Order: sequence, then C-alpha cells, then structure tokens
Amino acid sequence: MKLKSLMVGATSALAFASIAQADGHMADSLTVVSWGGAYQSSQQNAYSIPYAEMTGTEFTWDESSAEAVARLRAMAEADNITWDVVDVVAADAMRLCDEGLALEIDHDNMLAAAPDGTPASEDFGDLIVSDCFVPQIVYSTTFGYRTDVEAWNGNAPTSVCDVWNMDDFPGQRSLEKRPIANMEWALICDGVDIADVYDVLETEEGVARAFAKLDEIKDMVTWWSAGAETPQLLADGEVVLGSTYNGRLFSVIEEQNQPVAMLWDWQMFDLDGWIIPAGLPADREARALDFLSFATDTQRLADQAKYISYGPARASSAPLVGQHAELGIDMAPHMPTDPANAVNTFLFNYDWWADNRDDIDAQFQAWLLQ
Amino acid sequence: MSSTDMDTGPVLAADGTPLKKSLARALRRQKMRALMLIAPLLLFILITFLIPIGQMLLRSVDNEIVSATIPRTVQALEDWEFVEGGAPPGEAVFEQLYEDMLIATEQKIHTRLGSRLNYEMSGMSSLFRKTNERRLGRFDLEEPLAPQFADIDEDWLDPEVWFTIQSNSDTVTAGYFLAAVDLQRTPDGIESVPDFSAIYVKLFVRTIILSVTITFTCLILGYPIAWLLSNLPAKSANLLLILVLLPFWTSLLVRTSAWKVLLQQQGVINDILVWIGLVADDNRLALINNATGTVIAMTHILLPFMILPLYSVMKTIPPSYVRAAKSLGATDWTAFWRVYFPQSVPGIGAGAILVFILAIGYYITPELVGGTDGTFISNRIYYHISSSLNWGLAAALATILLALVMVLYWIYDRMVGIDNVKLG
Repeated sequence: MKLKSLMVGATSALAFASIAQADGHMADSLTVVSWGGAYQSSQQNAYSIPYAEMTGTEFTWDESSAEAVARLRAMAEADNITWDVVDVVAADAMRLCDEGLALEIDHDNMLAAAPDGTPASEDFGDLIVSDCFVPQIVYSTTFGYRTDVEAWNGNAPTSVCDVWNMDDFPGQRSLEKRPIANMEWALICDGVDIADVYDVLETEEGVARAFAKLDEIKDMVTWWSAGAETPQLLADGEVVLGSTYNGRLFSVIEEQNQPVAMLWDWQMFDLDGWIIPAGLPADREARALDFLSFATDTQRLADQAKYISYGPARASSAPLVGQHAELGIDMAPHMPTDPANAVNTFLFNYDWWADNRDDIDAQFQAWLLQ
Repeated sequence: MSSTDMDTGPVLAADGTPLKKSLARALRRQKMRALMLIAPLLLFILITFLIPIGQMLLRSVDNEIVSATIPRTVQALEDWEFVEGGAPPGEAVFEQLYEDMLIATEQKIHTRLGSRLNYEMSGMSSLFRKTNERRLGRFDLEEPLAPQFADIDEDWLDPEVWFTIQSNSDTVTAGYFLAAVDLQRTPDGIESVPDFSAIYVKLFVRTIILSVTITFTCLILGYPIAWLLSNLPAKSANLLLILVLLPFWTSLLVRTSAWKVLLQQQGVINDILVWIGLVADDNRLALINNATGTVIAMTHILLPFMILPLYSVMKTIPPSYVRAAKSLGATDWTAFWRVYFPQSVPGIGAGAILVFILAIGYYITPELVGGTDGTFISNRIYYHISSSLNWGLAAALATILLALVMVLYWIYDRMVGIDNVKLG
C-alpha cells in the first residue's frame, strides 16, 4: 500500500516534472480580464477550465473590460502591467493597437489552424480588424420588443424602421446613449442605401439628416448606457421596443421567459475578442499566447456557444455549434450569424468610427442636451 | 547681578541661554515632533493624492507628442503659412516627414500621434494608421515624395491637415482648455465651436444648478430630522440615527437601482398615484431618466452628510434659550427664527458645503438615473478618461471643475464665513 502510493507519487512527480520542463519558459498563472456575468462564465466553461485541467495553469479573473483601455494605458505608464489576456470589443482593440498598448499578433503562426488546415487568418477572415486583435465572438446590437402590447393590435415590428413607426407601434423605446449604430439605423430608415451610409455620414448634412430622423422619436426614447438596462426595461414594461446586445435578449426570452421577441432586421454586427498587453515579460507572454491559441481554436469557440448566444468568430466553428448546456435548446437559431437572422446585417466600419468618433460623439451629446 | 543688568541684558533661561532662543528651540522641537507625528499621513496624501492629481492636471496642457514624434517635420514646417484653399507645404517638408515617419513607424508610435491629432481634426487617426511601415517601404526615393504620400491618402496634400500639425506643434497647448469651454482654434483665430457640437459650458452650468438644487433639498429635508434627533431622548435618538446612517451601509449601486424600481413609469410610486387616482394611467409621471431622477436619488444619497453636521451643532444649542425667548413673549416662529436658527447656521454651513462639493463631482448616480438632462460634467470626464482616451481634455475639464469649486468656496467663505462652519 505504502509502496503503491509512493510509486503513484513518484510517477505523478515525474509527469509533473515533464510538463514543467515542456512549459519551462511559461508562467504558471494567468490573469484574464473580461466582462463578468454570463459571458465570463461561458468563457470559463469553454476555455479556462479545460485549459487549467490540461496545463495546471492558475487563473485569476478580473471583470474590468469596460474600462480596459484606460486601465491598460495607466498600467503601461506606471510600467507595471498586471493583466495577461484582455477581452475587449474590436474598437477598443484598435485603439489599444494604435496606442502601442497591445501586442501585435501574427495570426497564422501564433494561432491554431482550422481542423482542415485552413490558416487562422483565413478562418477568421475579415474579422481580424486590427493587427493586435484575436476575434472570439460575433455579437450584434439589435432590437427586442414586447409581444403583449395592446396598442399594437396584434401586429409585430418586422423592420428596424418600425422603431420610427409611432402610428402602428406606439410606446417608449430604448436606444444606446452613443451615436454608433443609432446614426446608421437613422440613415437606413431615412432611405439611404446601405452602401452609402458612411459616405453620407461623412458630410455635415448627412449627420444633420441622421439627427433629424432621430428627432422624430427623441421624446419617446429612454437612453441606456449599460447592456443590462434594455432587458430590464422590457421586462418591467417601461419600454416596448429597445436595442441591446443579442445575448442579453436571449437570456430575457429563453432563460427568464419574458414576453419579448427578437427583431433581427439590420442588426449591427460587432466583434469581441482578445488582446495581449504589449511589454509583458517573456514567460507571461508565452503563457498568454499559448492560452489564446487554445481558447480560439475551432472546437473551443464552438463550445462557448453552448453557454451564450454569440456566434463563434471562426468560419470553421459554425457547423459545430450544438445545444445550450442547460436548456438543451438548439443554439444555432439564436446566433446573430444564423442565415434566418442575418437577412439584413451591418458590420461597423471600424476605421470610419475611429476617425470620426470624437467629432460625432460631441455632436450626439450636444443633440441629446438640446 | 544688579537690577539694571536685568533690564538691559536679555532675559536668560536657567541654563544661561537667552529665554527667547530657548523658547524658540523648545517650540521648534515641539513642532518637529508634531510634524513627525503627521509625517506618515502627510507623505501618504502627498504620494497617493496630490502628486498624481497634479500630474493628471498637467496633462491638460502637455503636448510633447507632436514635436517628439515628428521633430524634423515640425521644424521644416515653421516657414510654411496656411492660406485658405492654398498649397500644401513643399517637397522639403515631405522629405522630413518621410524621415520622421520611418522612425515613428518602426517604433510604432505614429498611430499614437494620429489619435492625438484626431482630437483636433477628424480623419487624422486613419491618415497616420494608413501611413505605415509597409507603405513607406515601397516609396521610390528617386521620385518626389509628396505625390507618393498622396497615393497613400490624398489628405496629405490637404492644407488643413498641415495647419492642424503646425498649430499643435508646441510642447504646451491651450487646445484642451479651449475645447473644454467649447472653443476651437481655426486659421482665423479662436472661435466658438458650432452650436451643434457645443456641450461643455452647458454641462458646467447644469452641474452647478443641479448641485445647488440638491444641496437645498438636502437642507430642507435634513433640517427637521436633525432638529428631531437633537431633541429626542438619547435612546430613541440613537435608533433614529441608525436609520439615518443605514443608507451608508448599503451599496451605492443598490440604492440607485432601488430608486429605479420606485420611480420608473411602471414603478411603485406611479402605480400608487394611478391607484389613488391622482395621475391618469396613460399620463404617468416621468420621475427618472431625467434631472428629477438625479435630484431625488442624489438627495437621498447625500442626506446623511447634511444631517450629521446639523445634528452635532444642534445638540450643543441649549433648549433653555428658546424657552427663555418664549417666556419673554416670542411666538413659536420668532423664537425659532431669531433665537434657534442663527445658532444652527454653522451646521447648515458645514452640511451645505459637504453636500455641494460631493454632489458636484458625482457621476455614477447621474449616469444611471440622469437620462439626458440629468447628467453632470463628471460623466463627460469619465467618458474621456475611460472611453475616448482623451486624457488631456478630461484633465482640462477636471481642472476647470476644480477651479470652479475653489471660486465657489471663496464666495461661500465671504458669505457664510468658513470660521463659522462647524463639523461637530
């Protein structure tokens, strides 16, 4: 008995030693920054728990993604970067890359190829919007509406322009308190062709036109700044129609069984993914890269969709999306990328917004104050 | 030792040194000891509070990035003059730009400069991002450089781009402060920004108006409570005091969210008003996501800061004074207004300044319940710190806010007299 346990001990020590040797240049802990909530637990279930089992890496989670850009800049200035892998939206990844705060990624060499051998850069395709960005999910900002509004006489909105249709669909709306997405929707519903939206928005008249369109419903809009607000407002009956992230609406509809339905028309695709802070010590950087390569491979990205209704960023992951881990419902129809949902979609022009965000945002805030 | 010696010579201490000197030494030693005692706190405040704040505020004028990233270009650009619809700078400037950008792109700092200049002119961010190492590497140095820059982006030939670079090339800039009061630098001089993008002056005014309103509502609600507290027997007063302090022990977010539940249109208060028939069902009151919501929620949150100083001052007012006034024939009102109230003014002064200064810098509550017309300047400061990364503008806004508070404090001192303020 004693001998046996000694032997087990010896072998495990040996096994441990060999792992340690293989990972000799990698740090054995990892600080991952994300958004908290259901999203972060989907990442833990799909990525960090299996990775920890495989490598013994110790994970620390920090729920600071909302202020990641500012915090990373402050850390870089203090020359003390405590984060290893940071989950950010694509626009923030671009800004971090521009500021030199994020590591440039060689997608083909640093990330896993698809099972059929397609290199990562092709598998992710256009979603690699910045050299520092490793895409993870496609989510969308889209509308949800209450299904029990009496004044609607049994009709349901089918187009994003129904947000402006106060005659058929009266009631309070909720929109995000920033120009992105709202300006595009306003122009689309004002008759601008989808291909011309940013050209129109580039001109002063175009911006004025978008605001004029938004003016039509301004009195009936509650402005939100946190993603959880619209689901709450919908559930309370405070608003009858509101925009938010599709995963939040999924949870209101499927997990909380509220009388709410999705309006996918002209959903705004956006990306969320990982960056590694620039200037990490070599061992931590190696560990972070190793984790990213694991966490963004085809199977792992598909696994995440079991826990939350966001679409995997790899083309090769889409066929592997299965059922919700607890509810047992098929996840594919709830994905923003599902063909039935993605009839009319819109991908942010990140470059355009990076250029014009400051200017348009000032005008948007001034417009709100009027 | 004769008495005349005593009169002319200095007074001596027991050890023979002049008394004055000896006293000064003793005092100095005492002062040193006091200083040593507070030294840890002083150092702590200095290191963790004053220095970082000072550094942050300096960012409002700091502008070294332009001349540090493209030094040769800035120098070569000195002789160039902007003319409306005129020509971009000559080939010499583009040669220097090429040199500068080669180094900057290698160090990957060109995009940082792009983000900086984008605050002044939209489009600079992508202009610098596009002008990257790969594209510069393809330049044919035998050919003129200006057209090759134009191949990357035509904006390189736009005189306004060059005006922006030129007018921001000083290491110290007033640009952030100008932006913070809705002004901008144009080729024709300093002008106010167009109405459709002017926000900051309005926000400063609103911040002050709402903060004053909140201070008054706190005073009106807090004064009677403090009076009650100071006049109740100790046992019940303590119980009431716990109720006053209770909000302190609840998370700020929970308190704010609770107000949402109460105040929203389908919320508790509106439901009750509809039920008792005061308000029509299709015309419910908008109590939240506007300035009303901010005033209500922040009054609740800041109320203890008004009540506690008032209470501690009122407790020291002897009840016999009011009784004496009444026995001398004063009515209840006169006794209160002429005798009691003046004695409680130091408490009002302390409470009001505490509440006002806390209110003026608040941002979480206005962000959550303020909607569009109940947000403060601090919400924009937060936006520029955490989201747009325009720390220079955030610092300028914060500096102005700090200066405003100081000016208001000075006026307050003139009116109330800060010596009359008592915290306890």
